[in-house]
Amino acid sequence: MKGALIINIAKALLLARWRQTLVAAIGVMFSITMFITLLGFMTGLNDMLDGLIVNRTPHVRLFRDVKANEQQAIRLFSNDEYHFIQSIRPGMSSQVVDNAPAIIRSLEKDKRVLGVSPKVTAQVFYNVGTIDLTGVINGINVEAEEKLFHFDEYVPMGRALDLKTVPNSIILGKAAAEKMQVEIGENIQVTTSLGERYTLKVVGYFQSGIQDIDKVQSYCSIATTQKLIGKPASYITDINVKLYDILLAPALAKEYHSVYETDAEDIQSANAQFETGSDVRSIISYAVGITLLIVAGFGIYNILNMMIYEKMDSIAILKATGFSGTDVKNIFRTIALSIGLFGGSFGLLFGFLVSKFVDNIPFITPALPTIKTFPVNYNPKYYFIGITFSLITTYLAGLFPSRKASKIDPVIIIRGK
Amino acid sequence: MSKRILEAQSISKSFHDPVTIPILKNLTFSIDQGEFVSVTGKSGCGKSTLLYILSTMDTDYEGDLFIDGVSMKNKSEKELARVRNEKIGFVFQFHYLLNEFSVLENVMLPGIKLGRYSRMETEDRAMQKLKILGIHEQALKRPNQLSGGQKQRVAIARALINDPLIVMGDEPTGNLDKKNSEVVFDIFKELTESFNQTLLVVTHDNEFAARTHRIIEMEDGQIISA
Ligand SMILES: Nc1ncnc2c1ncn2[C@@H]1O[C@H](COP(=O)(O)OP(=O)(O)O)[C@@H](O)[C@H]1O
Ligand SMILES: [Mg+2]
Repeated sequence: MKGALIINIAKALLLARWRQTLVAAIGVMFSITMFITLLGFMTGLNDMLDGLIVNRTPHVRLFRDVKANEQQAIRLFSNDEYHFIQSIRPGMSSQVVDNAPAIIRSLEKDKRVLGVSPKVTAQVFYNVGTIDLTGVINGINVEAEEKLFHFDEYVPMGRALDLKTVPNSIILGKAAAEKMQVEIGENIQVTTSLGERYTLKVVGYFQSGIQDIDKVQSYCSIATTQKLIGKPASYITDINVKLYDILLAPALAKEYHSVYETDAEDIQSANAQFETGSDVRSIISYAVGITLLIVAGFGIYNILNMMIYEKMDSIAILKATGFSGTDVKNIFRTIALSIGLFGGSFGLLFGFLVSKFVDNIPFITPALPTIKTFPVNYNPKYYFIGITFSLITTYLAGLFPSRKASKIDPVIIIRGK
Repeated sequence: MSKRILEAQSISKSFHDPVTIPILKNLTFSIDQGEFVSVTGKSGCGKSTLLYILSTMDTDYEGDLFIDGVSMKNKSEKELARVRNEKIGFVFQFHYLLNEFSVLENVMLPGIKLGRYSRMETEDRAMQKLKILGIHEQALKRPNQLSGGQKQRVAIARALINDPLIVMGDEPTGNLDKKNSEVVFDIFKELTESFNQTLLVVTHDNEFAARTHRIIEMEDGQIISA
């Protein structure tokens, strides 16, 4: 009953000044629209860029780095002095993960691990007429790569699974293929680091979107790659692990490092710079949205002040006939909040519509083969933050004017007449 | 003996702007149920100031004020608002109607605020009050569509909506012509005679005052005859 009365009076005052109210509400609407659109677009972009990295990057990578031997012989003799002699060089077979098959079996049993994909890399030359191009052939388990790292998304032409079924087949980097002018189904020649020549059949192109990678990287099955470099089936250079929870990666990398006695790198330390980029984009979106809201807030503040100035008489008579200061305060707070609520709600709606529009703008770039339109994130979180912000801003904008209204002394107003 | 509605006990008030000027000096008097009292005196002698104190809107005074036997000193702003809502009706020189609401709604507002009756009942009662004042035909109009005399009658209806113990008026006919003043006076007269309504009306119209039950005459912030 009481609340309804306050709302009724607030409504009457609002409608009496509906033009100004509308302008204030449009201000709020505009800022929320911008806020939703910006955040949706920016986080869409973030997700896409993160996706480019995260989809393709193992959460933990086990490998054996080439580095100086930690146990230099002279240190065994005396560890106290400074030694100028660093005699023992990195060993020949140091890039191989020791005991890989056993590690893979053990990882596959680990409950925190989503999947394991072993890899063998081999340096080769692609022979193009008389010229040799440097290349790297990655021997992969196609099914595991597809399941864990969306390998097929980066094979725009040809079939990724043919790597497994067609003997001696290769998926060639798109840029390399263009240089070599080979079509799918044709053969290419490669020279291995051991000096031997092999003929491989092209079954598809690989396109990551990064030219420097596409010029060099190609993919074969693990067995084919091992054959190219004359190594046994246990020869594995990388074990790529995908976890259920990406946040566990740093801890697990440490654990695997000590348990399996290999080098282990987690995705967070490998890609620290991407986090920073994402954060900066989010901060910019929030800053723009909040700035616009503050501007809208001042608009509401002005309207309320004007309304109070115009409605002094009404406020005085309400107080004279039994409305308390709190009642008057609530009337003006209701006005402020309803401007925020209406403006905010329409802002969400328009924000959604503009996001939909942006989502449909074609965005075709050879660098990003899987992206057809601008990426937009529709996370309800941003809509929730948007409406909360608009209510908080309008509440704050209404705070001082409504307090002022509640303090109006009816005697002064009535005496003035 | 009839019930004591209002009692002023040595009420004094000064303004401090910039020097202290005493406006009301030790006023003591009381008003009983059903009385029609007028307050007269020269312009500037403190009549309005007194009425604002008696109506609880002005709390900055010395002395004590009893309404319905209860002291108004040391009551909170909220409690005083409640007293005004429930026990006091006001009519000012200016009508103070809200143009955003219809005539009927203007009369209803203090009634809905009090919440003693349902909205429907409040509406019926507001209509009755408008009938007493002979303006029920204007009920659905906006206040700005009415004449000055009609507006003042709506303001009186609004003052009556919660059946107040006392209706106070500060020069309620001050803005009206002779004919409309007469109408308003007749209404007051009828309210006391037919409804035993207690009335306290400030006026500088001696003719008006002469026809009330009792005249409180003021001069320089003092009562010279009651
Ligand atoms: N806020 C104020 N500050 C100083 N003096 C005031 C103030 N309000 C009224 N007065 C003075 O108080 C006196 C009484 O005023 P008022 O009660 O309005 O007189 P009346 O209603 O009898 O004409 C006047 O002399 C007026 O100038
Ligand atoms: Mg006066």
